[in-house]
Amino acid sequence: MDLSQLEVGQTGVVKEFTDLEMSVKLMEMGCLPGETIRVVRVAPLGDPIAVNVSGYQLSLRKLEASTIILHSTQN
Amino acid sequence: MKADIRVALTGNPNTGKSSLFNILTGLNQKIGNFPGVTVDKKIGYSTLPDGRRAEIIDLPGTYSLYPKSKDESIVFSVLADKANTATPDLVVVVLDATNLKRNLLLYTQIADLKIPVIVALNMMDLARKAGIQINVDEFAKKLGVPVIPIAARKGEGIEQLKQAIAYANKVALQQDTIDVTAFAPALIAQISEEIEVEHPYYALQLAHQHEHLSFLTPAQSDRIESLEQEHSFHSQKAQAAETIARYNFINDLLYDTVKTPETAHHETFSNKIDHILTHRVWGFVIFLGILLFIFQSIFAWSSYPMDLIEALFVWAEEGLRSIMPAGILTSLLVDGVLAGLSGVLVFIPQIAILFVFISILEDTGYMARVTFMMDKLMRKVGLSGKSVVPLIGGFACAVPSIMGTRTIENWKDRMITIMVTPLVTCSARLPVYTLLIALVVPNRNVWWIFNLQGLVLTGMYLFSLISAIIVAFVFKFILKARERGYFIMELPVYRAPRWKNVLFSMYDRSKTFVLEAGKVIIAVSIILWVLASYGPGNRFEQIDQKYSSPEYTKSLAPDAFSRMVASEKLENSYAGMLGHAIEPVIRPLGFDWKIGIALITSFAAREVFVGTMATIYSVEGDTDNVQSLKEKMDSARNPQTGQPVFTVAVAFSLMVFYAFAMQCASTVAVVYRETKNWKWPVIQLAYMTTLAYVASFITYTLLK
Repeated sequence: MDLSQLEVGQTGVVKEFTDLEMSVKLMEMGCLPGETIRVVRVAPLGDPIAVNVSGYQLSLRKLEASTIILHSTQN
Repeated sequence: MKADIRVALTGNPNTGKSSLFNILTGLNQKIGNFPGVTVDKKIGYSTLPDGRRAEIIDLPGTYSLYPKSKDESIVFSVLADKANTATPDLVVVVLDATNLKRNLLLYTQIADLKIPVIVALNMMDLARKAGIQINVDEFAKKLGVPVIPIAARKGEGIEQLKQAIAYANKVALQQDTIDVTAFAPALIAQISEEIEVEHPYYALQLAHQHEHLSFLTPAQSDRIESLEQEHSFHSQKAQAAETIARYNFINDLLYDTVKTPETAHHETFSNKIDHILTHRVWGFVIFLGILLFIFQSIFAWSSYPMDLIEALFVWAEEGLRSIMPAGILTSLLVDGVLAGLSGVLVFIPQIAILFVFISILEDTGYMARVTFMMDKLMRKVGLSGKSVVPLIGGFACAVPSIMGTRTIENWKDRMITIMVTPLVTCSARLPVYTLLIALVVPNRNVWWIFNLQGLVLTGMYLFSLISAIIVAFVFKFILKARERGYFIMELPVYRAPRWKNVLFSMYDRSKTFVLEAGKVIIAVSIILWVLASYGPGNRFEQIDQKYSSPEYTKSLAPDAFSRMVASEKLENSYAGMLGHAIEPVIRPLGFDWKIGIALITSFAAREVFVGTMATIYSVEGDTDNVQSLKEKMDSARNPQTGQPVFTVAVAFSLMVFYAFAMQCASTVAVVYRETKNWKWPVIQLAYMTTLAYVASFITYTLLK
């Protein structure tokens, strides 16, 4: 399961990244394996999305969110 | 100004770095350039408690030393280039106390460069409110650097910070954070030896960034490249490993020194605002409403100060004329320099008001939401959500807006934004439109509340946005992407605007406009004055002789007489000849040679149009007298047909021409400055001129 599949209000825990380049940027912004991530909002036109991670809010496109793999056991 | 110590401020975006900079330096700041690059360098001066002067450099906010945009790339260059005149003696790393984990990543990188460091723990008030407990002493001990808790917005802890800067060591005493050599031991050792760098992290950064560092010689850069090949160094993998190692260090550090409660409550307040401001319907309605309000305010609030500035220039021009003897020098000063100056300065109120609004929108965090809402739409036409800010800024002036595109990380997005921003109706087009609309559009109300002239003006604004979007869409297929675009961006918590920052930013940007555009406009005004005041051979003398005969001097009133002389002289001046020369080219657009002169002169700056028209139609009182210029243009007749020169078709054709044509030397210069390649301003000039010609031709043909 990846981040782009979560609905607004759902939470997941970051497991790994499928894209090296993107992972470096994401980690610099505090989005790390083991962090809890929550989808707070979807932009009015359906993309990008806003997520809460490590204490602040990030916006990223759905395509970018799909490179973030979540642990499967989370709701 | 000479300083005793040079201090650089660094930190993540949204950590209150600029608040701190403003508080440390007060009004004592200026904008310069970093040697060799076009990124603005904000520097200011601060007097330390021991009486020494500190030069404070505000570096662009960044999440790490690995740059994502042009702005950010300056940070490592400044910190690392020992020969650079901007290289600091001390770095103050500003950390947001409410979000230490992510903020500390940059700290650990800078610390490992082994430059003397002080930590300013900002937003301590917010951290306390959120219940975050930081053991500052323990924190400082573990890092091995002075840590000063501050609240820059409230001015808390600033004296202590200045004290710490004064006492700062000349050598770096901070603890190592991670074992940097582990990522590429052999490579780091070899670079350290060959390039003669002392610290392993410095060597590692050279390996990552050598391609973009201007202080390395090409030979050094090539050598590093081949060393990388030899040791099969993978930059991104090494960077990922380093980032993870740094976060492990940070987690250990925070575990021992910081206690954070589960929820932070101002976050939810921001979320509540976002429910409305990024709502799928209300979000756009509010955004449009804000834009409308801004434009209404620009026109409503600027008219009084603009009138004042114009009155001031009229007074100055009359004053100069009365104290100085009539002659060439007076004419040059009054009709050339002063007329040109007033042409620039009169726009300051409009630009300042627009910049105040843009600063407020940025400072509160709303601009980030606009970016968030518009990204999908903008991406369809080849732009990015981040292009919205420069495009809106383009309504004031393309020059600062194009400089603002540096925050767009993706090369293609940035280039397209630069290419289309000058299409947006800037404030310099406003006087042209106002004059022409007043000339041909009746001033009456339609549909109860809408003024017809206002509607046409609004139409021109909308038209410019639509054409910018269409052109962007075309460029999307022409330009090739250099790298992948991404849109990972922080949505900062909503905050009340910091009025001081807003005012500073307004002042900075207005000053940039005046200086950038002013130079050109004054130069053009002087050239125009020369072209319009002199003619080839003895044509002027012949005119003087012709009019000295009694049939003219007796039958005409003195002012009508002098106007006639001036008009005929203009037609025979160099400017008049130029106008006549291009007349065949512009006749299909409905323009005569007089408009031709205005077109030539306003290729340097659009607002020169009104001034040129005023000169050509020889209105007394110069450019400020739009009403009488309007009357004059209204009664202008084509000498062959006897028909009015300014018909609806001609006026609209002219407006369309001004909507598309790249008539702004400052923009051409700034596009070159930002792209470092003449190719881009040339392409821009060519496509815009072509568009202007074709669109004007179509307009004139349809309305004729």
